[in-house]
Amino acid sequence: MTHDNTNRVTPEISAYLAPRRLDEALQAMADGDATVLCGGTDLAPQTESGARQYKAKLLNIRRIDSLHGIEIKGGEIRIGAATTISDIRRSAALAEAAPVLTEAAGHFASEQIRNAASVGGNLCNASPAGDMSPPLLTLDAAVELACWRDGAMQTRRVALDQFFLGPGKTVKQPEELLTAVVFKQPAADFVGRFRKSGPRPALEISTVSVAFGARLVQGKLSSVRVAMGAVAPTPLRARHVEAALEGQPLNDAAIAAAVAATAQDAKPIDDVRASAWYRAHLVRVFVEEVLNDVRRD
Amino acid sequence: MSVETEIRFRLNGREVCLKVPATMKTLAMLRDKLGMTGTKYACGEGECGACTIKVDGKTVNSCLMYAVDCDGRELVTVEGLRAPDGLHPVQQAFVDHGAVQCGFCTPGMIVQAHYLLENNPGLTREEAQRGLEGNLCRCTGYTKVLDAVEAVAGKGACAGGKGACLGGRAPDAA
Repeated sequence: MTHDNTNRVTPEISAYLAPRRLDEALQAMADGDATVLCGGTDLAPQTESGARQYKAKLLNIRRIDSLHGIEIKGGEIRIGAATTISDIRRSAALAEAAPVLTEAAGHFASEQIRNAASVGGNLCNASPAGDMSPPLLTLDAAVELACWRDGAMQTRRVALDQFFLGPGKTVKQPEELLTAVVFKQPAADFVGRFRKSGPRPALEISTVSVAFGARLVQGKLSSVRVAMGAVAPTPLRARHVEAALEGQPLNDAAIAAAVAATAQDAKPIDDVRASAWYRAHLVRVFVEEVLNDVRRD
Repeated sequence: MSVETEIRFRLNGREVCLKVPATMKTLAMLRDKLGMTGTKYACGEGECGACTIKVDGKTVNSCLMYAVDCDGRELVTVEGLRAPDGLHPVQQAFVDHGAVQCGFCTPGMIVQAHYLLENNPGLTREEAQRGLEGNLCRCTGYTKVLDAVEAVAGKGACAGGKGACLGGRAPDAA
């Protein structure tokens, strides 16, 4: 242990590793004593402020090719964990298949941060206000978690709505690495929208965010997904709002029912960014706006 | 002290090799280890953009980037953005339009503006405004900055050709 210039006790990092292969990374993580580095945009400020401590090894996963890129195969879309938010924002394939992600990526932090931040890091950071979570929840996304066990790579898939446990907490074990986020290619009649609020478009931690996704066939909604950020300890699926809309025609009555149902899903808190009352109000406004927006198109 | 790692990378066209602690950020390496003080330390947490540099052609906040991750990469700082005969056209436009007051945010603004123009030579004022969202100025505001960027847009000054900047090339090879 050493003292830095603020007299904080900081554990020593005994090794820096930047493997090019996934199996090497997973072996390095097998003892659960590695801090994963990718873009560094959350890790750097969190460790500098003392909110987070380094483990014995610093493991840079950014050089592992198989963790980068967006792939559509067999009706499934797979985004490698190290793919940057800029890559998502500029992906022509995603703009076509899942424009709600393109929209959310466009509202993410600033260009400099989008160029460095990874989608896997944004999910593992598990902020209630994480901008990629609500749109991915509406796409029924799952995350792939890999680890090295009994001399081989083991992987499991966890639905994103089962992944978050609380602010900064997920079901991922210390020896596991999030390798990709995957979701089924949305149907051709799938419509999606994302709204986030903050005093300005850039570098704003969402006061509230709402994502909506559904199939819209002859004016009727089905497979409705509504997700919210910054209204609870984790990003969440708004199941009551979804139920109010499922099977309904997209009309004034359905929109009013959805808006009313937000009170059962959103359990916001007062904090430095907004009051609970204001957050609850914004959620109602955003749900109404996204639904009216979809109806207009 | 955390473990030190030897890294090698290109900085404004020149090969650099040095040892850095695992947790050192690129900004601290540039300023404190390499004496390249053009890149500024302001907020230190990715909010203000004063430390913007280009890495492999894309701008990042160097205060958030781990120095060890520079290994094998191509860095361009504001010192690397000059034309063979003096100031780069983006720098000249900032001077001409009075887009500088205290000057602390200027290196980051210029690197980011250069990157935006390089990727979109004809960018509009609105596009410039969105692209510069991650760069804060606490003195003058943004009108003159946007005037300067708009004046360069459409002239192809950042996409090669006449008046092109040195980009990654070695200054003494110019």
